[in-house]
Amino acid sequence: MSFRIASSPHNRISRSTAEIMLLVVVACIPGIIVQALLFGYGVLIQLVLAISTAWLAEALVMRLRAKPVLPRLKDHSAMLTGVLLAIAIPPYAPWWLIVVGTFFAIVMVKQLYGGLGNNLFNPAMAAYVMLLISFPLQMTQWLPSVSLQPESLSLLDAVCAVFTQYSCSGFSISQLQSGIDGVSMATPLDTLRTDLAAGLTLTESMQQPVFYGIAGAGWLWVNLAYLAGGLMLIKLRVIGWRIPAAVLGSLFMISLLSWLAAADSNPSPMFQLFSGATMLAAFFIATDPVSASTTNYGRLVYGALIGLMIFIIRKYGGYPDGVAFAILLANMTVPLIDYYTRPRTYGHKAKGAGK
Amino acid sequence: MSDNANSIRELAVQGLWRNNPGLVQLLGLCPLLAVTGTITNALGLGMATLLVLLGSNVVVSLVRTVVPSEIRIPVFVLIIASFVTVVQLLMNAYTFGLYQSLGIFIPLIVTNCAIIGRAEAFASKNAVLPSAIDALMMGLGFMLVLVALGAMREILGQGTLFDGADLLLGDWAAVLRIELFALDTQFLLAMLPPGAFIGMGLLIALKNLIDARLQQRQTEAAGITRARVTGTAQ
Repeated sequence: MSFRIASSPHNRISRSTAEIMLLVVVACIPGIIVQALLFGYGVLIQLVLAISTAWLAEALVMRLRAKPVLPRLKDHSAMLTGVLLAIAIPPYAPWWLIVVGTFFAIVMVKQLYGGLGNNLFNPAMAAYVMLLISFPLQMTQWLPSVSLQPESLSLLDAVCAVFTQYSCSGFSISQLQSGIDGVSMATPLDTLRTDLAAGLTLTESMQQPVFYGIAGAGWLWVNLAYLAGGLMLIKLRVIGWRIPAAVLGSLFMISLLSWLAAADSNPSPMFQLFSGATMLAAFFIATDPVSASTTNYGRLVYGALIGLMIFIIRKYGGYPDGVAFAILLANMTVPLIDYYTRPRTYGHKAKGAGK
Repeated sequence: MSDNANSIRELAVQGLWRNNPGLVQLLGLCPLLAVTGTITNALGLGMATLLVLLGSNVVVSLVRTVVPSEIRIPVFVLIIASFVTVVQLLMNAYTFGLYQSLGIFIPLIVTNCAIIGRAEAFASKNAVLPSAIDALMMGLGFMLVLVALGAMREILGQGTLFDGADLLLGDWAAVLRIELFALDTQFLLAMLPPGAFIGMGLLIALKNLIDARLQQRQTEAAGITRARVTGTAQ
């Protein structure tokens, strides 16, 4: 019997990839439940479509590459990509949208770069951006929260809406998108940007029903649920605290500064933190171990860059949320960040640390 | 004579497949990616490039002994530019709609590296006839890639083929338009430049796959011959 010699670290949590992926999916569940309750059941149907497409696409590519299919499916990474994309797109988007998107995420963004662990970009976000620039109309079809919807949709209605774009009782998506007064409603972020561009002040814009609450009707609760799931992941040590803290910290700081400088044309830091996909991005997407920075210091830089980009794209961009673009842009800078933040190896002096 | 036929065949294989300017040399990517939104545009630009390439290769080959090598590049560019001007004026006169939709990319043929590359690498060192054949094959190879990419993007983007062919070929060509399927929404990615990059990557991957298969078959065939040789030796 030989004596097994291992190099440090000696004391570590040995979680398999599959466990980590599964825990991340589980941590999404509170957010998904809140989303389903507050924004309709469409998200559940998108999830079913996304996960089955992800599995099929993964199996297909593994067969083409002549590699074992089952072990790859069992590591749940394809499922996680499907889940993240299904959460991110509008709940009543047509069925082919999520199918095309998930297929693109798995085949083009993940497998063509060499499969799990080799992709430069986060597959779910790259697919989201692809869908957003290809199908801008369908990708901005967010319905207002359930309390503001003129018709309440049952689960069956949701199935009809996703597959035919009409609810079973015959309302089209654009009809459902309008509030009780017949005015079509976008997301709070969208409405705010349009209003500010039209010359309204923040207070004037915030009078609309879509802004009920701190971060817009419903959005606060969705973000809180993802925050809870994310904190659970940190507690379980599935993800580190650095990336989420840096994303939220930098977004908070820059929106606080802008708010203090011009409160009439910049939403409050709380609105920025709890609206749109901020929490989902900070805890679930930016922390993707493959496409994020790998050094401790680098993770802070990477997260701060994402927070800054989210603010800039939300304020000056033309899209419903800046999260996906921010993460892709930060993904691109990761090799550079990693290069400049290589940690000091033990026994070596830090650069410029004296004689 | 058979030697001549062999060299022609070799030039064809090089231009159309093994050394294809679009897929292997990756030259002239700018028009390749920018104008291949539809087959018609791709075909138009492909033919224009083919004509320019043919003219410039022939003329460069004719003057190759009189041009001092220090100033050969400016001379080549002048020759190419004159042919581009000719083609541009012809397109302006006879295919005005296509001339407008291709826009800046017609004058930009001057800067197409595939053309100056052939002038420098082949025409300036070879006689007129091989140069002309080389230009024809390289131009055809480039045009085929353009058309394949244009077809991919047009089908994915708007579900048609030969949309607007009448702009290039005259009014009768309007019947060529094939509507494969009607889309409520266009797949914008296929029409935008990123779609061209992705499509180009897929085409190159396809070519590499075919090459790999061919080579595999060749090594298998070679294995069989070797067995036969040992058989006769015994």
